[in-house]
Amino acid sequence: MSSFLSQLHFQLSCALQQRIEICKLRQGEHLILGFSIGGGIDQDPGQNPFSEDKSDKGIYVTRVTPGGPAEVAGLMMGDKVMQVNGWDMTMVTHDQARKRLTKKNEDIVRLLVTRKSLEQAVRHSMM
Amino acid sequence: MDTESTYSGYSYYSGRSRGSHRHGERSRDHHKSRSKDGSRSEKSVTINAPPAEPLLGDSSVLGEEVQDDNWGETTTAVTGTSEHSLSQEDIVRITKDLEDSVGLDCRRYFSLTLAVVLGLLVFLTPLAFLALPHLLWPDKLLVCGTACEGLFISVAFKLLILLLAVWALFFRAPRAGLPRVFVFRALLAVLVLLFVVSYWLFYGVRILDSQDENYQGIVQYAVSLVDALLFIHYLAIVLLELRQLQPAFSVCVTRSTDGETRHYNLGQLSIQRAALAIMENYYRDFSVHNPALLTASKSRAAKHLAGLKVYNVDGPENNAATGLAHSQSRAMIAAAARRRDTSHNELYYEEAEHERRVRKRKARLVVAVEEAFTHIKRMQEEEQKKASGDVMDPREAAQAIFPSMARSLQKYLRTTRQQHCHSMESIQQHLAFCITNNMTPKAFLESYLTPGPTLQYGRERWLARQWTLVSEVSVTSGLKEGAIFLLKCIDFSLVVTAKRIPYIQLSEEFIDPKSHKFVLRLQSETSV
Repeated sequence: MSSFLSQLHFQLSCALQQRIEICKLRQGEHLILGFSIGGGIDQDPGQNPFSEDKSDKGIYVTRVTPGGPAEVAGLMMGDKVMQVNGWDMTMVTHDQARKRLTKKNEDIVRLLVTRKSLEQAVRHSMM
Repeated sequence: MDTESTYSGYSYYSGRSRGSHRHGERSRDHHKSRSKDGSRSEKSVTINAPPAEPLLGDSSVLGEEVQDDNWGETTTAVTGTSEHSLSQEDIVRITKDLEDSVGLDCRRYFSLTLAVVLGLLVFLTPLAFLALPHLLWPDKLLVCGTACEGLFISVAFKLLILLLAVWALFFRAPRAGLPRVFVFRALLAVLVLLFVVSYWLFYGVRILDSQDENYQGIVQYAVSLVDALLFIHYLAIVLLELRQLQPAFSVCVTRSTDGETRHYNLGQLSIQRAALAIMENYYRDFSVHNPALLTASKSRAAKHLAGLKVYNVDGPENNAATGLAHSQSRAMIAAAARRRDTSHNELYYEEAEHERRVRKRKARLVVAVEEAFTHIKRMQEEEQKKASGDVMDPREAAQAIFPSMARSLQKYLRTTRQQHCHSMESIQQHLAFCITNNMTPKAFLESYLTPGPTLQYGRERWLARQWTLVSEVSVTSGLKEGAIFLLKCIDFSLVVTAKRIPYIQLSEEFIDPKSHKFVLRLQSETSV
């Protein structure tokens, strides 16, 4: 029984990452995604309200504009962005993260995010 | 001060000439037979082919040096005559020095006379150019006008400046005798000679033969000669003095006996001039060579070798000599590696014990010296006029307080094996010097607590006076990256390696002083 649970846990931890595809919206001369990010290796991780581990210097979604492309695609506040279009976002500075998300020649960004609420939901269901 | 110590200072000197100078004489004979140029004197450098000396040649004289260690205890009845007696080796050495110095002086005088002749030629030439027309055809000459007489003044002053400049640059006491000729100087001498000869040729053909009447033209010709000579002197300054000022090489000098290493920055010099610069720095920077400190490691090495004996069990089958020696040495190395050696233990405890002993003696010495210094007081001017009792000059004062510290000082010097570097006379002299200059006891002791640079000691203690430059490339070639040469003395050698100073690419970055701004590290939020 415990081995079955551990296998299940392993599968579930893999599934706790979600792939989100956002199509950028053109507004004037800017392409916007419709969310705000916080965090980075040059920032103070202790002030991150969304992270579980207060030394986590990853990029977190701090705000999602209602009705924007990010909300439409399913991004939620508190998500930790792991990858953007294949680029790693766990060890980048704040400015590097911003640059990777706002490349002018890309219309679609594919994010790999992880969400605390997903983990908690599954864990609660397992109890 | 016990009597044994009084005389042992002097007996050491003659004892030394009997003892370890035998070792020096042997290797000096090696050098003598192998060197092509026998001229050698104080601080002269001679070329020597790299000699193939046997590696274990030192072990043969090991016995003598081990004996020498106990000189303080074994030397007993030494009378006053030992101070003045000369051993056979001393006499041989002195005569050798004499004949060597005569050989070098010949070379020196030869180059000196050559230089003087050239100088006279150079100075008298313009004067000859000016004077000859007046002597040979005075009636045909045009009268010298104002401009021409002005040129006389210019010639006079330029010659005076040239004279002073040549005196400043060339007529200095030579610092050393180098093995090969100084290439730049030779080139410059040849250039000057060619130049003057060509001027004379022109003068002889165009002016003397045709008996030119235009005296102003002749004076201008002489002025142009002096100008050109000044420019050649400028060239001499640049080539001889300025070119090597900019550092281009960093040389690493290591003493072969105790590994003391120093680094110097030199410019673009030839190997012999670099060797000269290094030796001048050696006397100032390196601590005096103390052979007494090396005997411990030598005796340990001897013990390692003596511990094993190799027997050839196979008999006369393996006849090839090299193969036999090879297998023997291999066997010894293998056996030595397997043997349970406790010599490291002995070394550790010996060194700890020695350290403790040195510290104890040092403490006693410091206390004794401080107490001795409290016994004398400097007399002020007003008190001197009263002149009460025994007033002493510094030497007498030093002699008065010396006995109270002599014993502890002698014991300390013996423990640190420095006793042969300082004689009683030199210690008293130093004490008088310190008293005269109001130095504290600590200042007086400093020169005995640590071994100072070689220059600090008297000449007879240096053990480093005749040097040989050993190099695989010609000594007049310049220093190059990775050049290695040796400066060999009788007891040790200095290994010199040269490395080029890297080319430094410096770029600038301007920072506006107003751009230094700071913010608190908060979570910043960026909307994308």
